[in-house]
Amino acid sequence: MITELGHFALILAFFVAIVQTFVPLVGAQKGWRSWMAVAEPAASAQFMLTAFAFGALMWAFISSDFSLLLVVQNSHSAKPMLYKISGTWGNHEGSMLLWVLIVSLFGAMAAWFGTNLPPSLRARVLSVQGAIGVAFFAFILFTSNPFTRLAVPPFDGQDLNPLLQDPGLAFHPPFLYLGYVGLSMTFSFAVAALLEGRVDAAWGRWVRPWTLAAWIFLTIGIALGSWWAYYELGWGGFWFWDPVENASFMPWLLSAALFHSAIVVEKRDSLKSWTILLAILAFGFSLIGTFIVRSGLLTSVHAFANDPERGVFILMILGFFTGGALILYAFRATTMEAKGVFGLVSRESALLTNNILLAVSCFVVFVGTMWPLVAEMFFDRKLSVGPPFFNMAFTPFMLVLGLVLPVGAMLPWKRAQIKKAIYPLRYAFVLALAIAGLVWAMQTGRSVLGPMGVFLAAWIVMGAVIDLMSRTGRGKDRFGRLMRLPRADWGKMLAHSGLGITMLGVAGITSWSYEDIRVAQIGQPYDVGAYTILLNGVSDFEGPNYLATIADITLSQGGQILSQMKPEKRIYLVAQMPTTEAAIDYNLARDVYVVIGDEQDAGGWAVRTYVKPLTNWIWIGCFLMALGGCFSLSDRRFRVAAGARKSNAQAVPAE
Amino acid sequence: MKRLVFILMLIASPLWAVEPDEILDDPELEARARVISKGLRCLVCQNESIDESHASLARDLRLLVRERLVVGDSNDQTVEFIVERYGEYVLLQPRASGSTLVLWAAGPLMLLLAAGMGFIYLRGRSSATEGSDAALTDVEKTRLREILDSNS
Repeated sequence: MITELGHFALILAFFVAIVQTFVPLVGAQKGWRSWMAVAEPAASAQFMLTAFAFGALMWAFISSDFSLLLVVQNSHSAKPMLYKISGTWGNHEGSMLLWVLIVSLFGAMAAWFGTNLPPSLRARVLSVQGAIGVAFFAFILFTSNPFTRLAVPPFDGQDLNPLLQDPGLAFHPPFLYLGYVGLSMTFSFAVAALLEGRVDAAWGRWVRPWTLAAWIFLTIGIALGSWWAYYELGWGGFWFWDPVENASFMPWLLSAALFHSAIVVEKRDSLKSWTILLAILAFGFSLIGTFIVRSGLLTSVHAFANDPERGVFILMILGFFTGGALILYAFRATTMEAKGVFGLVSRESALLTNNILLAVSCFVVFVGTMWPLVAEMFFDRKLSVGPPFFNMAFTPFMLVLGLVLPVGAMLPWKRAQIKKAIYPLRYAFVLALAIAGLVWAMQTGRSVLGPMGVFLAAWIVMGAVIDLMSRTGRGKDRFGRLMRLPRADWGKMLAHSGLGITMLGVAGITSWSYEDIRVAQIGQPYDVGAYTILLNGVSDFEGPNYLATIADITLSQGGQILSQMKPEKRIYLVAQMPTTEAAIDYNLARDVYVVIGDEQDAGGWAVRTYVKPLTNWIWIGCFLMALGGCFSLSDRRFRVAAGARKSNAQAVPAE
Repeated sequence: MKRLVFILMLIASPLWAVEPDEILDDPELEARARVISKGLRCLVCQNESIDESHASLARDLRLLVRERLVVGDSNDQTVEFIVERYGEYVLLQPRASGSTLVLWAAGPLMLLLAAGMGFIYLRGRSSATEGSDAALTDVEKTRLREILDSNS
């Protein structure tokens, strides 16, 4: 019964979204207040109906209702409760429902908190957001209905893919979707502004918090996914340049570019046309991401195996929204003339450089991701584009970005002198070079990437701190002034430092990792680098829905025991699939990562040990970036600008 | 139960990539083999190199790579040997030849284009004259006055 109600609520939400698309749009065009006012209750209703449908599906998973096809395919009565809940979105249909739930959530947020927007702009924004909802409701209802019943329910389900039975699934997709779909809000603002024919500083101010929020969610989502892959896939990789990872990375790059360029729109009334284009493209890329995951066109570990019908449907959605918005843009872009005047060297030009680097690096990722398709379709060459290509083609952009970032961040608006901006950074530069030199001297015959990463990290972090300090002026009470600086300044410092720290982690793991593969005999210790590994024994264990072989390993260094490690390998009985559960000894300097393999015929067990230096800084850096974003979101002048409404998330991103 | 585990482990594919018995005695050759396997795609997997993959085909390829190295082939010869049998698809880093040149050139070309456009835009901005500050409409001016008045 609840299932049918959920299905019905979804259909109702579809119709509400249709109303939300057309009535406010006509109202805004004709200037009819009452028609524009429909948008707000419609957005609320759409959200509540979708939330009900989502709740109904979740209930079916929790109660293991095997009369639902989706539950049969992705659940099992013996599965732990956490994975029954997160299993709701661990499949194609359920994740689409989550997607559309977030679309409607953002629409409702804009309706609830956007009361200080001009009424016509607000009506148009909600109308565009409604249209996105319509498309995805239709997609779910016509091609991927999660509420399909079975006439003859089986006795039990087929279980969820074991790799997904991890707390990672509970958080990684929702955060990613909040990010992807958050960009739909920026898109709606961009299209509404084009319809309105007016892009000004105020528009920049409204759009920034949404972009920033989407970017924060994407940052967290990507970092969680990377961490999950790191500990779950069993060999300690953190980024694979997989098509689906790229699909989330491209919107991240573009949204980072977008909230930087929105600063220029707001403060200097320039770069407007480019910012609108970025807003359209950023959401376009998040739709492309959906297309890549759902169509099965590009093979990837993430792909929900799929039929082409869905791919075509999403391609149509993609074509309609991005194509439509771009056509609108082509007609209206010329009306947006820049007003600000600034020199070749200025904060504006620095932000433009940031945008060029981010957008072109995104383009490189895009071309690399799509090239196998292009090559096969047009050149009849079946080829692969993998990590070696991306590492080579993408990394230079990040190196240049890291190199110019501290200088660009110090430049004043309008007209700057490069000398004056570099002067306070001179010690930081020398010190960073010295540290990198030291690191380079200490390593022997390894890649130059390590020292480069260390240099960039030191340079960016010190640059960010110097930039923050430079805002406190001279004389007494600098500390007090530091504490009273706008949160946006703190956000900028944190986010930029975070980027530097992530670069440090990436440099560490890629250049100084080492590994050991061998057959370990029980009771015979051996050395891996500075560490000693001792296999004490191996035992069997029966989990709720799997069988495990658990090794007991003592990790020590110089006779001192560091930790007892228990790497596992599991067999999931229903899914008939083995997984590895690595044991990791974490600390800030390095991770020791141990995986147990098969028992050998000649006795002993295969054991793999990896030592991965500086790994955790990758995720600490991501966390700092997200935290910096949150600081900026809560900046005082935007809370003031938002009036008494505290929850209105108007903000300044890290500039 | 234990027997069941054992049977299941036999059915299941090996859990991880490079197995101890594959490793060559000569550490130098082994290091080269690892470098080569990181650049070769596991043909039955999804975007994994043979160095990372658990699949049995990947294992066969790893052994093949090592076989060639032991015979005395150079890295390039080994890769060439495998490409001849499995096609260009096996390379994770496509060769810069023919139409693939477009792939390699796309990034640098786009950067040049973007930098050029950015420069033209910046020059236009720096030589433009500051527009009047009449960016505010009358309504906005009134509103601004209200805000300023209410604050003072």
